[in-house]
Amino acid sequence: MLSPEGIFEVPAEYAEYGKYIERLNLDDFLKFYRDMARIRRFDNECTALQRQGQMGLWVQALGQEAAQIGSGYGVGPNDHMFPSYREHGVAITHGIDLMSIIKIMRGVNHGGWNPEETRFHLYAIVLATQVLHATGYAMGVNFDGLVGTGNPDVDQAVITYFGDGATAEGDVSEALLFAATTKAPLVFFCQNNQWAISSPVSSQTVVPLYLRGEGFGVPGIQVDGNDVLACYAVTAKHMDDARNGLGPSLIEALTYRVGAHTTSDDPTKYRPADELEYWQARDPLLRFEKFLRRQGVGDDFFEEVAKAGDELAEQIRAETFAMQNPPLENIFRHVYSDPHPMVAEQQAWLEGYEASFEEGEPS
Amino acid sequence: MSLAQFNLPDVGEGLTEAEIVSWKVAPGDKVSVNQVICEIETAKSIVELPCPFSGVVEELLAKEGDTVEVGKPIISVQSDGNILVAGPITTSIPIIPESSSTHQAVADVAASVASDENKPNLVGYGSSAHGGTRRKRAAGINSPAVVPASTSSMPIVSPVVPSSVAAAASSTDVIAKPPIRKLAKDLNVDLSKVSATGLAGEITREDVVNAASQASVFRNLTTPAQKTEREERIPVKGVRKAIATAMVQSAFTAPHVSIFVDVDATRTMEYVKRLKASTDFAGVKVTPLLLMAKAMMWAVRRNPTVNSTWTDKEIIVHNYVNFGVAAATPRGLIVPNIKDADRMSLFELAQAIEELAATAREGKTTPEQMKDGTITITNIGVFGVDTGTPILNPGQVAIVALGSIRPKPWVVNNEIVIRQVTTIGATFDHRVVDGDVASRFVQDVASVIEEPALLLD
Repeated sequence: MLSPEGIFEVPAEYAEYGKYIERLNLDDFLKFYRDMARIRRFDNECTALQRQGQMGLWVQALGQEAAQIGSGYGVGPNDHMFPSYREHGVAITHGIDLMSIIKIMRGVNHGGWNPEETRFHLYAIVLATQVLHATGYAMGVNFDGLVGTGNPDVDQAVITYFGDGATAEGDVSEALLFAATTKAPLVFFCQNNQWAISSPVSSQTVVPLYLRGEGFGVPGIQVDGNDVLACYAVTAKHMDDARNGLGPSLIEALTYRVGAHTTSDDPTKYRPADELEYWQARDPLLRFEKFLRRQGVGDDFFEEVAKAGDELAEQIRAETFAMQNPPLENIFRHVYSDPHPMVAEQQAWLEGYEASFEEGEPS
Repeated sequence: MSLAQFNLPDVGEGLTEAEIVSWKVAPGDKVSVNQVICEIETAKSIVELPCPFSGVVEELLAKEGDTVEVGKPIISVQSDGNILVAGPITTSIPIIPESSSTHQAVADVAASVASDENKPNLVGYGSSAHGGTRRKRAAGINSPAVVPASTSSMPIVSPVVPSSVAAAASSTDVIAKPPIRKLAKDLNVDLSKVSATGLAGEITREDVVNAASQASVFRNLTTPAQKTEREERIPVKGVRKAIATAMVQSAFTAPHVSIFVDVDATRTMEYVKRLKASTDFAGVKVTPLLLMAKAMMWAVRRNPTVNSTWTDKEIIVHNYVNFGVAAATPRGLIVPNIKDADRMSLFELAQAIEELAATAREGKTTPEQMKDGTITITNIGVFGVDTGTPILNPGQVAIVALGSIRPKPWVVNNEIVIRQVTTIGATFDHRVVDGDVASRFVQDVASVIEEPALLLD
């Protein structure tokens, strides 16, 4: 929808998606940009904090801001989201406190938020598992009769986020099959960022990923993942369809992982430099900035966003350094709902072990 | 104003050390928060470190090329007052108040942290702490320790000479997995010069090992330079003295006689190969020496006098075998023995030999393990020689030398074929062992090596 020069145009055959953009106003556009800039700044600050020893690991979403912010705003107020571990952008569109993501990566919290309240489920570190969780949840929505009632306060849909690498896991194929045969209200949102750690997408598939669902009966569509408007419109449309009882669909957002897989990875070892340049020229923020400037948005706005970013970075830094270690019993608290002798034994051992340390001056 | 130190963080998952590749700042430079101050290379990657403080660089606490343990300070910065102190994730005493010995205290803390059961590992989640009592970490491994600025006794680190370190620049041109890169580093092999045989030009373990052995061959060609002093005096003591005494005592009291036989060891080598592949022998080292030992035990039972001791008044024939294995160790030759080796199964014997060799290599062989041997083997084949005339261990009357086993022309049915051939040499005390017994014994050993199935006897 957006050209690299920021010119907005909807091809005739995609008019049904274009309608979703027509409903937006300038404030919505500014919100999209603000959030993309915010998540990028957050991402960069967290990468630096990891390098300074403040987090065990950081997972960058750099370059995927449009796919995540656009798609996140396309999810409705009753819908549930099942992310992988890189969906910081989707998280902020649904009110997740960014500090709770840092807590996970710093190892002071297992989960970070209440999925019942936020509808944004916990990060799934194990590859592709969330796709099955989402399918099960969507099947449950069907059982509860919360699909296709025509009442927007009642109807629900589910969306799950995963990468190109995850599509090579059996879980995704299983999920596609269950979703199709049960006509689950589910949108599969695949961010094809071209790399699964060091494996290129060419080693995950030989047909475009959006076609992966066809054989299972899940229709697919490919979208420019660096175009925030396109990602918004396509997600919003397919979530509407799912809510209205039209069954599952698959969206492939073509984007690029500009950063490393995680801070433990060094992509310069396996990735050609010119590829990075190609994608950096298609940066989602740059493109949307050009669009906004064409709408008459001036320097004031972009300066304000930059200033807000500086404040955010400072706040993240201060709050990260101020984080307290959680009590030991948190490790055991949610293993079982009822007390369990083996867990109690392990907890007693750990407490004894911790108490065995000598407190004192270093020698 | 206060002086802040940045300790090397674990930028991977469970890394314990990193090398400083290059500094991007120098003492006196102004730095801001998140400004890149240096590049480090870990076991996984090259990483840029952003500064957690703003201020003026006081000193660099590690040089380019230094390998620094995680948790040690690498830079100190005169901060402009805006220092955030880490929460208690890793630190309980982030601020050290004393001023005079502050620097030492910080270094001590870092040292106590660094010595804390940290084993280098490539991937994974760090070495697990062992049980028992450990000192609580006083300063955070990963957290910036903050030191007040009134310190006057700061040791001065020699100025860092900026040098362009391109150590890993070439690492992008080669395809090799991290363990292979580590192996190459350990073997001192330059990966860019290794010819790759793997898929898509990947360098395999074999490629690195081959390159390393080629390199070592060429290294051997460099003869050490002529020494300036005309003579070198090495004191005779310890193991060397004990070896000398035993050799002289043996050589000048027992009349030595040596005999040799060439033997086709092809079937032994096949048997060794099959044992290696069998699940029953998984995890234990199977070598031709093992078969040799078993062959000797069999031959001893048929020729008991080779397993005896001469005492001037009587000949004591042992009806057990304490099987000695000559072992080259960094300290010299020692001959520990395996007690009652004749009662062991093949598997038990393999385990015993492996354990004996490992103990000897580590220099942990006890006098007890070297006492009361009854017969000995020396495996000189591993040094690439065909045979020799070994000198008897004092108190024993037979020693067998196993030469190298290699493909050689061999006559079978009047035709020359290539077989795995070795030479078995043996020395006997002629006071005890006559020529006929010696010959029969060596023949018996040789026939087992030629046809290991005889052991079924």
